[in-house]
Amino acid sequence: MELVINGESRSFPAALSVAALVETLGFTGKRIAVERNGDIVPRSLHGATLLNDGDRLEIVVAVGGG
Amino acid sequence: MNRNASPLVIAGREYRSRLLVGTGKYQDFAETRAAIDASGAEIVTVAIRRTNIGQTAGEPNLLDFLPPAQFTILPNTAGCYTADDAVRTLRLARELLDGHALVKLEVLGDPKTLFPNMPETLKAAETLVKEGFQVMVYCADDPIQAKMLEDIGCVAIMPLASLIGSGMGIVNPWNLRLILDAAKVPVLVDAGVGTASDAAIAMELGCDGVLMNTAIAHAQDPVLMASAMRKAVEAGREAFLAGRMARKFYSADPSSPTSGLIGS
Repeated sequence: MELVINGESRSFPAALSVAALVETLGFTGKRIAVERNGDIVPRSLHGATLLNDGDRLEIVVAVGGG
Repeated sequence: MNRNASPLVIAGREYRSRLLVGTGKYQDFAETRAAIDASGAEIVTVAIRRTNIGQTAGEPNLLDFLPPAQFTILPNTAGCYTADDAVRTLRLARELLDGHALVKLEVLGDPKTLFPNMPETLKAAETLVKEGFQVMVYCADDPIQAKMLEDIGCVAIMPLASLIGSGMGIVNPWNLRLILDAAKVPVLVDAGVGTASDAAIAMELGCDGVLMNTAIAHAQDPVLMASAMRKAVEAGREAFLAGRMARKFYSADPSSPTSGLIGS
């Protein structure tokens, strides 16, 4: 399965949920937010949301800014 | 009575400090935290950015140093040049911060001046207010558009004093006064403050608060400047409330008695 995460293409051997992706990327328990194809995926739905081939994801954090 | 203690009220919530600070441009998170502690700020701005995929294991997180339970985190839309990008960014911020609604909207017009794009700012503000966000908005020092933003439902109007990160101070106090005279929501100077006297001038004009980042972060000693800014905002507020003396042009008025001088 191909996903575009933060503008970068990534291949995954099998279909996965948002929660599984977050775990694979090492973000479990971190304060992040996920947008999929332009829509927010609430944390409570990470487990139930299955990703599709070609999905575009944005994963963000808070950083220093004014 | 210390009337300086009258709180700043934004979207129904009270804050003791009228100094809001950014978290950018510091050496590290420890310096960020030390400066913010010295500033006494309760509201701190943060930016929202993509994570570094695959490179973040064990990397410190800004919010570990500024726990949302202890500070009011104000996510911004710095770097957004369209209403759509700003709205998307703040939807992500709300998810990131567990439904937190208070946000700082800024839609930039060009990378050289970072001046706001007001048509896009107004458009984004309308969408955000409809979606339940409490919008504090960075804007031009234009009293007409500031009023439009208030009418849309923004909870605070934040005109620039001069260009973001310029340190040029309060370049148009008269426009700020016009905005202040018309506004029924808090007006905060956002951007342009360079040193403590600039912050004091903003507060003496009657501003409800000042938001700054670079003036503290790029001082030679950021923690000491943060302390200076805290005092400047408090001093400016007290001077505003106290009401300054009238200016007397071309005539002095002695402070000491004119009678009882020796040898008279």
